[in-house]
Amino acid sequence: MAVTALKSSARPATRDVSAWERLKVNRNWLGLWFMLPAAAFLVLFLAYPLGLGVWLSFTDAKIGRSGIFVGYENYEWLWDDSIFWLSVFNTLLYTLVASTIKFAVGLYLALLLNENLPFKAILRAIVLIPFIVPTVLSAIAFWWIYDSQFSIVSWTLRHLGFISGNIDFLGDPWNARWSVIFANIWRGVPFVAITLLAGLQTVSPSLYEAATIDGASSWQRFRYITYPLLTPIIAVVMTFSVLFTFTDFQLIWVLTRGGPVNATHLMATLSYQRAIIGGQLGEGAAIATAMIPFLLAAILISWFGLQRRKWQQGESND
Amino acid sequence: MTDILHKTSPSVVAAADHSEGMSYLESLPRRLITLYLPLSVILLVLLFPFYWMALTSIKPDDQLLDMDKVNPFWTTAPTLKHFYTLLFQTNYPLWLWNTMFVAIGATILSIIASVLAAYAIVRLRFRGANWVGGAIFLAYLVPPSILFIPLSTVVFQYGLFDSPFALILTYPTILIPFSTWLLMGYFKTIPYELEECALIDGASRWQIMTRIVLPLAVPGLISAFIFCFTLCWNEFIYALTFLSTTSHKTVPVAIVNEFVDGDIYRWGSLMAGALAGSLPLVILYAFFVEHYVSAMTGAVKE
Repeated sequence: MAVTALKSSARPATRDVSAWERLKVNRNWLGLWFMLPAAAFLVLFLAYPLGLGVWLSFTDAKIGRSGIFVGYENYEWLWDDSIFWLSVFNTLLYTLVASTIKFAVGLYLALLLNENLPFKAILRAIVLIPFIVPTVLSAIAFWWIYDSQFSIVSWTLRHLGFISGNIDFLGDPWNARWSVIFANIWRGVPFVAITLLAGLQTVSPSLYEAATIDGASSWQRFRYITYPLLTPIIAVVMTFSVLFTFTDFQLIWVLTRGGPVNATHLMATLSYQRAIIGGQLGEGAAIATAMIPFLLAAILISWFGLQRRKWQQGESND
Repeated sequence: MTDILHKTSPSVVAAADHSEGMSYLESLPRRLITLYLPLSVILLVLLFPFYWMALTSIKPDDQLLDMDKVNPFWTTAPTLKHFYTLLFQTNYPLWLWNTMFVAIGATILSIIASVLAAYAIVRLRFRGANWVGGAIFLAYLVPPSILFIPLSTVVFQYGLFDSPFALILTYPTILIPFSTWLLMGYFKTIPYELEECALIDGASRWQIMTRIVLPLAVPGLISAFIFCFTLCWNEFIYALTFLSTTSHKTVPVAIVNEFVDGDIYRWGSLMAGALAGSLPLVILYAFFVEHYVSAMTGAVKE
């Protein structure tokens, strides 16, 4: 009797709690409320457009006109389009050369900055400046440095007697390619150097001291201590570096806009030109979508390639 | 080696050991060749474009194009004419204001969203929290250059085209993944015990977050804020695609599109514009170098 009375009086009370309190206290509900703003942004302006982009690439949409489904037509067009293949070649060349050199120079610079130097903090701050300054604005400085008539590089080389005429940096296809690659390296080295430097600073000096006592040369110290310990952070940094280089747009757009005769068009600039300037949204979206497999491959190669090294050296493959 | 040890007191040896490491093994001439020489060459290459930018922006027009009479590496008659042109004969102050407005708006929105998300992922540990954390990292890897075409149609559908809100609402897709990931790292370092005490004292989750976690995570918030601000200031492809009216543009887009005319004397004001557009960021950076570096390396280390 008493038990049933207790039960009947307790039950409505718990139900009151569960209706409102559960939303306030339960982890999963709270988690949902807290995630809501971020999720709203990422779904509305990232996940939905990503899916929409793939859909657009199968339609013949133009600016101001939603298209109809045309199947693989855009991709068939691209398959026979020599300019598209040229842009694929340029993108691969740009990514491969620029990322490799950025990695080499960045690692070298990080090793130099890791030495015992006067004014180390200030030097580190100065090195990072090219990364802080907006890419477009530093690209404009490069544009002026690469000017066909008034280039300071041409002027210096001419006065030193190496060349007789001005170099046409951005007018000749191969010159233009190397020029934009150089500007990209210039911009990317600080990021690689400073992040690798942060990794280097976690390596204990006692390892180097022990190796030196055992008679290791400086190359051996780098090869068998620094490099293995740095591998995980190298994997992350290079994944980002490859990703940003592959999808670069700003630098090319400011320096050459894809010219001369499409010699420096990357896939990103070509898709901008086709979609926004040319108005062929579907075709541009197809080019952008075509970047996705390359991107996935680049990420997987730089990620697992470096992870496997770690595994081969006997560390746990976690 | 033993001589040195005998000469100096133990505490000095310890201090010297800490600061010098093994550098006593290298002689000065060797260090000059292997360290100072390559370092200064790299620094010279990294800084030269800025020197050239600054120099060009204060050179008078005739010296800009005449490289035979005057040494181009210096100027004898510095002038502020290009800056004057920039400030009083173009929309430059307006563009600066637009950039600032968009950057601050997008940064604040993203920081609020990422603080909530990071706290939920790290501390509420709701079901699937790890999975959500991974998804946010993947969102970090989606580059703007494959999103701008579909986003432009989305922006058009929502009626945001050519308005600063198109940028304020789309930039967080770049900023939220990064700053969530960064703040997750900071929140993880705050001891659980503090939160447990507060829970026992009857604080709600919201109170714990605003009164305990956030004050302790201020360095992380500053890092996230300035890094997001810099990314917004830098952003180009969305601003180029979503804005069309000259007076609505941001500095990077306006400089590229509005200053580039057929005028051969444009270089001075172009460089002045680039310099003035970079200065706010460089000043911000000068004050917060450490936060900046920790933002950059923190997000990579995680």
